[in-house]
Amino acid sequence: MLSIHDLHVRVAEAEIIKGLTLDLPAGEVHAIMGPNGAGKSTLAYALAGRPGYEVTSGSATYDGEDLLAMTPDQRSAKGVFLSFQYPLELPGVPGLTFLRTALNAQRKARGEDEIAAPAFLKLAREKAAALKIEFDMLRRPLNVGFSGGEKKRMEIFQMSLFSPRLLILDETDSGLDIDALRVVADGVNAARAPDRAMLVITHYQRLLDYIRPDRVHVLAAGRIAASGGPDLAHELEREGYDKYSKVPA
Amino acid sequence: MSLGSALKTGDVAELPSRRDEDWRWTDLRGLIRTLPAASPPGDAAALKPGPFDDLADETVTFLNGRRLSGAGPVVISADASRTIALRFVNQAHGTAHHSALSIALEPGVVLTLLETHEGAGAAYVADVELDIRLGEGARLQRVVLIDEADDAIAVATAEVELGSHADFAQTALTRGAKRQRFETRLRHGTAAKARLDGVYLLGGERRGDLTSEVIHNHLGATTGQLTKGCVRDQARGVFQGRIIVNRGADGTDARMGHHALILSERAEVDAKPELEIYADDVSCSHGNTVGALDEEALFYMAQRGIPDPEARGLLTEAFVGEVVDRIEHEGARDIARAWVAERLRAAQ
Repeated sequence: MLSIHDLHVRVAEAEIIKGLTLDLPAGEVHAIMGPNGAGKSTLAYALAGRPGYEVTSGSATYDGEDLLAMTPDQRSAKGVFLSFQYPLELPGVPGLTFLRTALNAQRKARGEDEIAAPAFLKLAREKAAALKIEFDMLRRPLNVGFSGGEKKRMEIFQMSLFSPRLLILDETDSGLDIDALRVVADGVNAARAPDRAMLVITHYQRLLDYIRPDRVHVLAAGRIAASGGPDLAHELEREGYDKYSKVPA
Repeated sequence: MSLGSALKTGDVAELPSRRDEDWRWTDLRGLIRTLPAASPPGDAAALKPGPFDDLADETVTFLNGRRLSGAGPVVISADASRTIALRFVNQAHGTAHHSALSIALEPGVVLTLLETHEGAGAAYVADVELDIRLGEGARLQRVVLIDEADDAIAVATAEVELGSHADFAQTALTRGAKRQRFETRLRHGTAAKARLDGVYLLGGERRGDLTSEVIHNHLGATTGQLTKGCVRDQARGVFQGRIIVNRGADGTDARMGHHALILSERAEVDAKPELEIYADDVSCSHGNTVGALDEEALFYMAQRGIPDPEARGLLTEAFVGEVVDRIEHEGARDIARAWVAERLRAAQ
């Protein structure tokens, strides 16, 4: 589903991703682990098309299309969803207004009919109930005054509402206590499907106790330094990232 | 010196110029070389319905400076109208006119004044002078929509005097003009309350100027002020807010905020918040910010599928929405909100 080949990404004159190659087939969950500063978030932002994250060479193909040629909103409409490490607060923009605008923009870009307000509210109510989110929270300005856990839950809620096909979870476990982590992981696991792929970016192995990956990749110094099965995560937890940080450039 | 006196005397030297500190950014003398001829009467049959008609018990209309019905001051006594639509309609082309009205609220009465400045002509010069007096404990809510023609020069000035315990709440929304100024000069009574809010949404080469002066001479009065503006293209916004707390006005509470978004490189905002405090026991503050839309928020919205122009519109609407939400009158608030949304959409 997602095929990244020899990707190089530059941020503010510094090359952060230096020749990354990765294949993520549909139906699979891959974890990206690595030390701080390895380029994990940079990879996530580059795949989502964040301005300032300049791809200098290499390719990323998504469902046979050139992902890097699309604008961020086009990628979103095609089913790319990035769960932010620090979800943004939007003062004055009620959650429901934001969600409906986003959902309808995605539908419009795909040539589908817009969803009418009553049908949207029904859908939002169902999805919120499943994630134990108080519906009144959605009437408030998006994420404003929410705790770290609430913001992450709101990200998972949006994920379930938009039904994306490629999920990129950027440090979704950061700032979560164990209960919040479980709610988030349950939401992610419920989203597993044969036509959906996930890239789970994390510093710690902890999240992978809840979201079991099919493959684990070690990202160090801007490239994949090692790949393996789920056991690799445990090995990293025991031994740390030191041996990968010394990979010659 | 004022536009009104220049129009009355026909003397351009009466026009305020950049030499007056308060008119530094809205220099009329430099702009108007000769005063235009007086506007002819407008065509009352061509009047379109005003935006606030349905909410009002009574409508007072000035057409090219002429009042269409009634005369003399509007006095609100206990048995008078509760909601008045006040319309200043400019049908003139290249001519000038002046409108004046006095409004007096007897003690304890409540009035909602829904005011519009409507441009139905072109290149006119329009001046409006209001004299508003609130008796003891009277309450007035004033909501103003300013929609002048692109090439108009329009100035509206209100002198407001509050009796003790009177309550005056004002929200003015403007989209500017060639030159447009909305000025409020308010004198507090003892323990009176004033809210002076504003919104400016300027595009093209429009200019909008929201100026106010509030004087606290008595004990325990409160002033709250929140103005927000968005400028794009080559537009220019001006905010001048002066609060004077004179000796003896102890217990004054005054807060002023002005926040602007500059949405293009060639747009400009000039702001001058001033607090002059001569009393000891007061609580005063002001905050002033000028910035751009948050790029991180824009990317977040794009990641969720919202195209850039739509995302900018949502954020801008949310930004000025804080001011609109302070309008107490529900019907007027809804109309103001729609007014803002429509003008932001048109600008995209």
